[in-house]
Amino acid sequence: MEQHSDTFLENASKALGNKAQADIRDLLGLFTPLLRNAAVDNFEHFEALRHHVKRVRQHSLDNLDHYLATYEQQALKNGNRVHFANSGDDLNSIVLDICQQHNAQRIAKGKSMITEETGLNDFLQRANLDVMETDLGEYIIQQAGETPSHIVGPALHKSADEVRQLFLQKHDLGERELDNTEDIVGEARQILREHFLKAQVGIIGANALVAEDGYSMLVTNEGNGDLCANLPPVLIICTSVERILPRAEDATAMLRLLVRSATGQSQTCYTSFYSGPRREQDVDGPLETHIVLLDNRRTEILASDYREMLQCIRCGACLNHCPIYNSVGGHAYGSVYMGPMGSVLTPLLSSLEESNALPNACTSCGRCAEVCPAEIPLPDLLRDLRHQETVEKITAPRWRIGLKLHTWLARNPRLYHWLTGVGIHLLHLAGRKRGSFRKLPLAGGWTSQRDFPTPQGKTFMQQYRAQRKQS
Amino acid sequence: MDTNPLDNASPGHGPVVALFVTCLADLLRPSVAFNSIKLLEQTGCRVVVPLQQTCCGQPAYNSGDYESIIPLAKQLIAALEPADYVVIPSGSCAGMICHHYPQLLDGDWRDRALQVAAKTFEITSFLSDILPIKRGHRAAIKLPSVTYHDSCAGLRELGIKEQPRQLLQELCDTELSELPQTEVCCGFGGTFCAKMPEISAKMVHDKVHSAQTTGATILAGGDLGCLLNIAGRARREGVDLEVRHITELLCGDLDGPAIGEGE
Repeated sequence: MEQHSDTFLENASKALGNKAQADIRDLLGLFTPLLRNAAVDNFEHFEALRHHVKRVRQHSLDNLDHYLATYEQQALKNGNRVHFANSGDDLNSIVLDICQQHNAQRIAKGKSMITEETGLNDFLQRANLDVMETDLGEYIIQQAGETPSHIVGPALHKSADEVRQLFLQKHDLGERELDNTEDIVGEARQILREHFLKAQVGIIGANALVAEDGYSMLVTNEGNGDLCANLPPVLIICTSVERILPRAEDATAMLRLLVRSATGQSQTCYTSFYSGPRREQDVDGPLETHIVLLDNRRTEILASDYREMLQCIRCGACLNHCPIYNSVGGHAYGSVYMGPMGSVLTPLLSSLEESNALPNACTSCGRCAEVCPAEIPLPDLLRDLRHQETVEKITAPRWRIGLKLHTWLARNPRLYHWLTGVGIHLLHLAGRKRGSFRKLPLAGGWTSQRDFPTPQGKTFMQQYRAQRKQS
Repeated sequence: MDTNPLDNASPGHGPVVALFVTCLADLLRPSVAFNSIKLLEQTGCRVVVPLQQTCCGQPAYNSGDYESIIPLAKQLIAALEPADYVVIPSGSCAGMICHHYPQLLDGDWRDRALQVAAKTFEITSFLSDILPIKRGHRAAIKLPSVTYHDSCAGLRELGIKEQPRQLLQELCDTELSELPQTEVCCGFGGTFCAKMPEISAKMVHDKVHSAQTTGATILAGGDLGCLLNIAGRARREGVDLEVRHITELLCGDLDGPAIGEGE
């Protein structure tokens, strides 16, 4: 079922009620940080490299026009065709056009967040193309008709048994048990291989674009990206403008951070650099290659106070460490991007009005910023979005006006101390026996889930003033 | 009128410490402030409580209302700046003054904010890193087993991790058993817990049950926000957990009811 960001609280409520799913999330919330932390601890240069790569990313963004032009020039020289897509719809149309020019029916797709962002699969399927996701996680959720719950592990929310049931139901392969994960994976491999061999177009994403040589870098753990890129005669790389880095060594430096932050590996199983179409002396490779560079408001973000968000390398560490993501799961966010990075990006890519709950899904605990390999101050950006909600009066009036009133009162210490003195004393008298309130006017949000502890006695300021008068 | 903000300092020759009580301690748990004064005086400080203080403005600030709290920040800076040090029994309020006030203000006020920030400390950090408190010849305070909740702002904005544990070791005779996943938020998050109560409840439920697995009798912490949240949830779930601010433990002030407990 499709979920939207404007119903975040309802989505979250539903997710919290699903015990089996909550158990999977609890387990992931425990293990994914352990994997990341072990990998980072075993790599003594992490902090220095993190700082270096951030500066490289910032430099690349500061000079995006220059590096994009260089990249385009080099990519063209390598025999690629380069397309710029202003919007998601533009990217989808460009890809469809290419497929139709080649009368392609079968498309083999590697994992790409950009095509999730633009909804490419639905778009191509509406044009009657047979698009198959070839990353195992993406394949699983495609079969299940779901969206990714995580930017790195799209099917992390599924148990092995759910996948088994799904395959038994979707694959017409007769009687079989599939009672171990090897068999489940083996079945997917068999089906995907047939598709790879018959596909006329391969579509992949990119983890980095290298300006100096016009290459694109892709990392996978399954090798499916390379099969998508090398077996079909036509390759389309769908990516976005901020993936650009000046040099190949910058891409590999970023990669060292990416894999450790994402999966706790020191190296992904496959790291590939794609230059362009097959050259005369090459024995294999695509005959024609296209690179589609998506903007979709990224240049607007670059010019805004949120430009640091463009440093994101899509590792998913902020999701894995976010207590709210781990509580409600990725689908509740109603967006292809979830967790802290998604709560910043989604309002910027869609609208703050629609996604206004997301920047509030944060306790400012700071764990995301602590692990972010790109050093993005995520809690600050989320608070800045809440500031924008206040300025644009998107925040609910009871909060906006209530907090203004509280701040006004706090600016008048004598009045504040007198009023709180009276109120607190009454609360103390009413609740001293029990020690806490089950219900309290104006504190419904608090008391819906927890008691409100009774004030200890008179306020400190009352007692302190009284003491001073005596002495 | 309070003409000289230092008028009410306790007598002596030590450095003058302005105590920022915090609104939660002022309203809900004054013993935290009284115990803070006691601990600070034991290190030889002269403690002053500026009467112009109320709240640091975090509720509005974290909800995104930057404009309203600027005058409040200035008022608090002016109240605190005459002292040699500012000490706060809360990591999140100390983080607010140390990190967020300077970001909010411009020009002269920014400089004043930075000067106050440079001499502002969360209380366990002050009693460990600045003017270490020693037990001396006093007997250690005997406590039942304790677990410690690291509050996020103290932990990540101010690097407070070892200090409260060292103080408990120095001043008290107790077994400290650590919470599993101790660096995970308890779900308080200021207005978050009221804006998204169901998600917050899942987080604080996990925290209460983590505390239970430690077998500790007391859960202590340095931030009343977290402690009110944890104690309130424990009460709602009928879980027997004594929740107290660390200053109460360090002073051996365990006779009164714990947070959320009846008389």
